[in-house]
Amino acid sequence: MLGRLSWAAIPLDQPLPLYAMGVVVLGILAVLALVTVKGWWPYLWREWITSVDHKRIGVMYVILGLVMLLRGYSDAIMMRTQQAIAVGNAQGYLPPDHYDQIFSAHGSIMIFFVAMPLVIGLMNFAVPLQLGVRDVAFPTLNSVSFWLTATGALLINVSLVIGSFARTGWMGYPPLSELAFSPDEGVDYYLWSLQISGIGTLLTGVNFVTTILKLRAPGMTYMRMPVFCWTALASNLLIVAAFPILTATFVMLLLDRYLGFHFFTNDAGGNQMMYVNLFWAWGHPEVYILILPAFGVFSEVAATFSGKGLFSYRSMVLATLGICILSFMVWLHHFFTMGAGADVNAFFGIMSAIIAVPTGAKVFNWLFTLYRGRIVFKTPVLFLVGFMVTFVIGGLTGVLLAVPPVDFVLHNSAFLVAHFHNVIIGGVVYGALAGYNYWFPKAFGFTLDEWWGKASFWCWLIGFYLAFTPLYVLGLMGMTRRLQHIPDPSWQPLLLVAEAGAIVIFCGILCQIAQLYVSIRTREQRLDLTGDPWNGRTLEWSTSSPPPAYNYAVLPRVETIDAFWHKKRTGRAPVEPAYENIEMPRNSPAGFITAFFAVVMGFALIWHIWWMAIVGLLAAAVTVLVAGWSDEREHEISATEIAQMERARLGA
Amino acid sequence: MHNWRHASPDALHGPASNARPGPRRSGLLRWVIVCAAAPIASCQQTGVLDPQGPIASAERLLLINSTAIMLVVVVPVILATLGFAWWYRSSNARASHSPDEAFEGRIEFVVWSIPALIVILLGGVIWIGSHQLDPRAQIPAKADPLRVDVVALDWKWLFIYPDQGIAAVNQLVIPAGTPVHFRLTSATVMNSFFVPQLGSQIYTMGGMTTHLNLLADEPGEYPGFSANFSGDGFAEMRFIAKAVPAGDFNAWVTQVRGAGSALDDAGYAALAKPSKAVPPATYRSVEPNMFERIIDQTTAVPEKARAGAAWCPPVQAGG
Repeated sequence: MLGRLSWAAIPLDQPLPLYAMGVVVLGILAVLALVTVKGWWPYLWREWITSVDHKRIGVMYVILGLVMLLRGYSDAIMMRTQQAIAVGNAQGYLPPDHYDQIFSAHGSIMIFFVAMPLVIGLMNFAVPLQLGVRDVAFPTLNSVSFWLTATGALLINVSLVIGSFARTGWMGYPPLSELAFSPDEGVDYYLWSLQISGIGTLLTGVNFVTTILKLRAPGMTYMRMPVFCWTALASNLLIVAAFPILTATFVMLLLDRYLGFHFFTNDAGGNQMMYVNLFWAWGHPEVYILILPAFGVFSEVAATFSGKGLFSYRSMVLATLGICILSFMVWLHHFFTMGAGADVNAFFGIMSAIIAVPTGAKVFNWLFTLYRGRIVFKTPVLFLVGFMVTFVIGGLTGVLLAVPPVDFVLHNSAFLVAHFHNVIIGGVVYGALAGYNYWFPKAFGFTLDEWWGKASFWCWLIGFYLAFTPLYVLGLMGMTRRLQHIPDPSWQPLLLVAEAGAIVIFCGILCQIAQLYVSIRTREQRLDLTGDPWNGRTLEWSTSSPPPAYNYAVLPRVETIDAFWHKKRTGRAPVEPAYENIEMPRNSPAGFITAFFAVVMGFALIWHIWWMAIVGLLAAAVTVLVAGWSDEREHEISATEIAQMERARLGA
Repeated sequence: MHNWRHASPDALHGPASNARPGPRRSGLLRWVIVCAAAPIASCQQTGVLDPQGPIASAERLLLINSTAIMLVVVVPVILATLGFAWWYRSSNARASHSPDEAFEGRIEFVVWSIPALIVILLGGVIWIGSHQLDPRAQIPAKADPLRVDVVALDWKWLFIYPDQGIAAVNQLVIPAGTPVHFRLTSATVMNSFFVPQLGSQIYTMGGMTTHLNLLADEPGEYPGFSANFSGDGFAEMRFIAKAVPAGDFNAWVTQVRGAGSALDDAGYAALAKPSKAVPPATYRSVEPNMFERIIDQTTAVPEKARAGAAWCPPVQAGG
């Protein structure tokens, strides 16, 4: 009846997971109780849960990313602490069984449920506004995407309470992830949570490629699109091309695990390196899915806050598309050490180094955008400068690892760990935080507190260098990754410094929370009534903050790049336009209901509760079909209503 | 002696915090602590920067050269970023401004050619380096290579000396100055065989054979381990690669042959069972073609695995 689920799945005998579980369950109950007591449910249901507004969905993605950042961070500090104390004869406080789950969860969560939601959230919020349109191409699908991502995040957290997570690393390499070596539910939690959220991500990709290619304000040709839209286009093209590879690879591993196939097993003709190749055929483009939108944010920030146009827009677009294509030709650099021939290794090494050319060109373009500008040092600019300095170092160590013989001695080392945190924290996280500070006033109508924002920046910057410079050195000293126990006592001082760095990063996270709290408390003083707090250049700053549900009462007519900037400079007096009726998509519970049944299905599959899995799958499919065939998908806002709202807005 | 070892990583990160605008005193102070901690911690250096053989030396040279080539661009870019950001701050009345200068063809050309030139240079380094340091390439030396077969097990290393007919667990004894040709495989999940001071690591994969050539210049004891996560006992999957003078090696072989047990099928089956932190041991004899037989055994379908799928009752009950 309940498959392999039993009371034994709840780790009553282990104090640490039990404690973590208690905190999570109490936290969720507290939030639910608060919402119930305050009577917020109708509001939440109406305005957020069933909303198909791209801005609301964008905000929910960012909230999901920030909440999961706390989970991913707790894994990180537990690992750092274990490595700092489990040296020589000491065994630390985490047995291998638990430690292995923690680093696997840390990687999976940070990539799939922190970095991806943050990046997709910013794209959701900003892209339709920047394009001068009213929503994405498929608004209801967008809601389905978000809730499927949330499903994955929920399932991965359920593994804290019921059963255990994978102990294979976030890449889940077979044969370790096969039934023969990982018979319990851990790998299944990993596979199903990523499969379900991966479908959400793929749908996002389809949605945004369509939106950017087919829905743009009149006159917005490709070469007049803001750079962030270009990077979003490249990123979503990569999603559409790469995520099916991941899904198919995981399907093969699931067939191995559930139906006794032999795609990747040691025996019966399986080939584990096929998984490794396929995983990185997705995995390397994934890196650029994350970093390209961050590059886009930095391009917007650099131009806006230096008060001048982006240096060489054309180069920026070319470089973005170049990276998009090249990213599919480098996957083998993740495993030069598998013993492929010298020609193969040299080819992939050179291809990897070539990606540094468009990336280098981008760095120079940001540099020349700052040159002769009037730089206003708001929080996003600090993240920009911190990024440029930090990212070139990460780029250097990355190209170093692309030299195959150098990789032979640094592969899988702490040096590699330092390298990819260098580009992910120094690139993706700084970019997401810059975008968060940059677009927050647009989303909520008041600016974020600068003092706490800057404090958070300095903690993230100093914390990063303290945490990861020691890992670069340790890698050169011969420390490999994923060690539950440190054999060499001479590594301990550096590991303690890294621990201190992780704590400083935590201060950065606390500063962000304080920033949000302080800003909400003092929002009356920091209201932005102009809709344009930064003297922006692109269309999103031309509407009010927060924008009305329909974004633009009349779609803007675009004649140049940096359309809003030119409009401001040519300074035509605003004439009241002739308003027309606007059709807006209706709210839909389809996303939430689909996700609810996806949770049921995922959980049932993980625990082999077959009847429940079938029920969940059918119910989710029926929900999608019913929503898909529904005719009442739009409602009309009349011209008079719009005129009233617009007059009220402009009058204020 | 230790200064140069960390010259490159320190130089890499130094400028990042030295010339940052704004209130940075605390960052600088912490930075100084990191820089001071690195050389102190590396007093008993045994890593990649302390090579003890030609492969490791060549790889360290490539590491340093590639870093130097890139620093030529990276250091000026970091300095220019900090310099521009500081000088063109909006409050600086002395800086010139040009709000509309968004494009300049010549600068654009330079912007693309600088990274392109560096990458062309590095591309040459990569091509030549990959071929010269191909793990399969024999190391030219006067002595004939010693053959060693390596098998990764859960969680220990089995070293078979096919020409000597002996074997050892978690202990690799090789003659200094003699090239060693390794054939490697795994009887379990993927691992990576790595002795940092001797150079290149390589994966060991079930059912597959990889090849690696290494040489230790001088006698000494060099730590080795698995560099690819392989499960619960991974952290203790370590061994010492002991390079001894050629005469001592023959003496060691004789000594091993005279004591201990034989590695036959039963002995191997016992050894292959998962175990952690296994102390070094030797076998006085090995069944012929042990390495090939282990590969065959790994790829064959054992009886009990045939019913291994999740929907089959036995595993469900056990899981």
